[in-house]
Amino acid sequence: MSLILPYSREDAGQPPSLHAPYASTVARSPRQPLVRIPHTLTETTGPAGCWETLMGSSLADLTTQHKAMPQGQRIIVSGRVLDENGRPVPNTVMEIWQANAAGRYIHKKDQWDAPLDPNFTGAGRVITDAEGRYQYVTIRPGAYPWGNHHNAWRPSHIHLSLLGPAFATRTVTQMYFPDDPLIEIDPIANAAPLPYRQRMVSRFDIETTRPNWALGYLFDIVLRGRDQTPTEDGHDH
Amino acid sequence: MTTEQAHPAPRQDNQDPALFGQTPSQTVGPFFHYGLPWKGGADLVGQSDMGARPELFPEEHYVLNLAPPKDAVAGQVITLEGVVYDADGKPVPDAMIEIWQANAAGRYFSPDDDRTEIPLDEGFIGFGRASTSEEGLYRFRTVRPGSVPGPGNSSQAPHIAVGVFGRGLIKRLVTRVYFEGAPENAADPILALVPAERRDTLLAREVDGAWRFDIVLQGAAETVFFDI
Repeated sequence: MSLILPYSREDAGQPPSLHAPYASTVARSPRQPLVRIPHTLTETTGPAGCWETLMGSSLADLTTQHKAMPQGQRIIVSGRVLDENGRPVPNTVMEIWQANAAGRYIHKKDQWDAPLDPNFTGAGRVITDAEGRYQYVTIRPGAYPWGNHHNAWRPSHIHLSLLGPAFATRTVTQMYFPDDPLIEIDPIANAAPLPYRQRMVSRFDIETTRPNWALGYLFDIVLRGRDQTPTEDGHDH
Repeated sequence: MTTEQAHPAPRQDNQDPALFGQTPSQTVGPFFHYGLPWKGGADLVGQSDMGARPELFPEEHYVLNLAPPKDAVAGQVITLEGVVYDADGKPVPDAMIEIWQANAAGRYFSPDDDRTEIPLDEGFIGFGRASTSEEGLYRFRTVRPGSVPGPGNSSQAPHIAVGVFGRGLIKRLVTRVYFEGAPENAADPILALVPAERRDTLLAREVDGAWRFDIVLQGAAETVFFDI
């Protein structure tokens, strides 16, 4: 019999599935109550150490994927992936995608007329080291308008996708930038209630700013942690 | 030296220890196709490029994986497919489905499954990712999983864990695929937690040689989603 080490459940900072100010949630969120289940081997396991096989090699510099340097403000984003108990999550994959400096995605369905940048795709991938640290280089994405409501603009953000150690720890989030006035009027960011919304706001950092080259931002990601007590029955306790 | 320097204004950002806790979930939005679903991500057993939507962005901007060569895997190869529907019965063309499952022998490709007496299958990781098409259809090629342990001394019926992402989904929705007609379903400890009249939303059915599993995000036939 395997020892089941369940993970913690959602904390108060997690948004609901239905958040009417983000209009697309209205017809796409369940109305029936979720069925709570204990964590079994299915929920407490996940792929590990096979990221290259699955997704491809590391792409930690989004500014050197094409012939020339992309337009915009070059930034270095650094941080750690931790669990709720403060333990590092080593050797885990974080996938990255974003708009360019003008706020335009390379995606064909993004029809906003801000310029595309042939030298910027906006997709990357990093693997955390033994201390859970990661770092990548990119261009600060621009804000962009969207059709959610009159004069709606998304704040500058970078999409981040993490699997962590288990099916239960899977997280997709967005990283925002400090002092962005658009955050407090953004329905997507505000789906996470204050003060927890601020967990998604990065911090400018002069220490990781590289002289004459790029600004540094810090951003830690916190995944669910294991419950403190292992059980053999997988039931909540 | 002013007292203000001794008492800096409280910070509210990601690095503030007072805010330490789970990073909130956010939607993948509508434009994830060049960043997440790689070619072959939906083919867990072969070399096809299933799963990606490369027509949605210029070819020179494809930086994800190419379907890696895979060794032959043990077990019965199956197709798992279905349409994702919204509350109005409209297909969802910008969703992404992820699956996680055990191999045919019932072992997970994970260091946290320590049952070394059950063989691992080096060619089978058991994690897959598929974008939905413009018609809302997702499709995987995988193997039918074996049974895995459940709570206590129970055994779980063969099942595939499913995560649903997409525009309008702030949080991943979690469900499971079970196989209609599997004798183990009757004793499955997780299905037993689902109201009897809703269990059929978790059953894939064999249609034209494929296992069909539609996902209804909301409405009369709403799929059962789990709080895990």
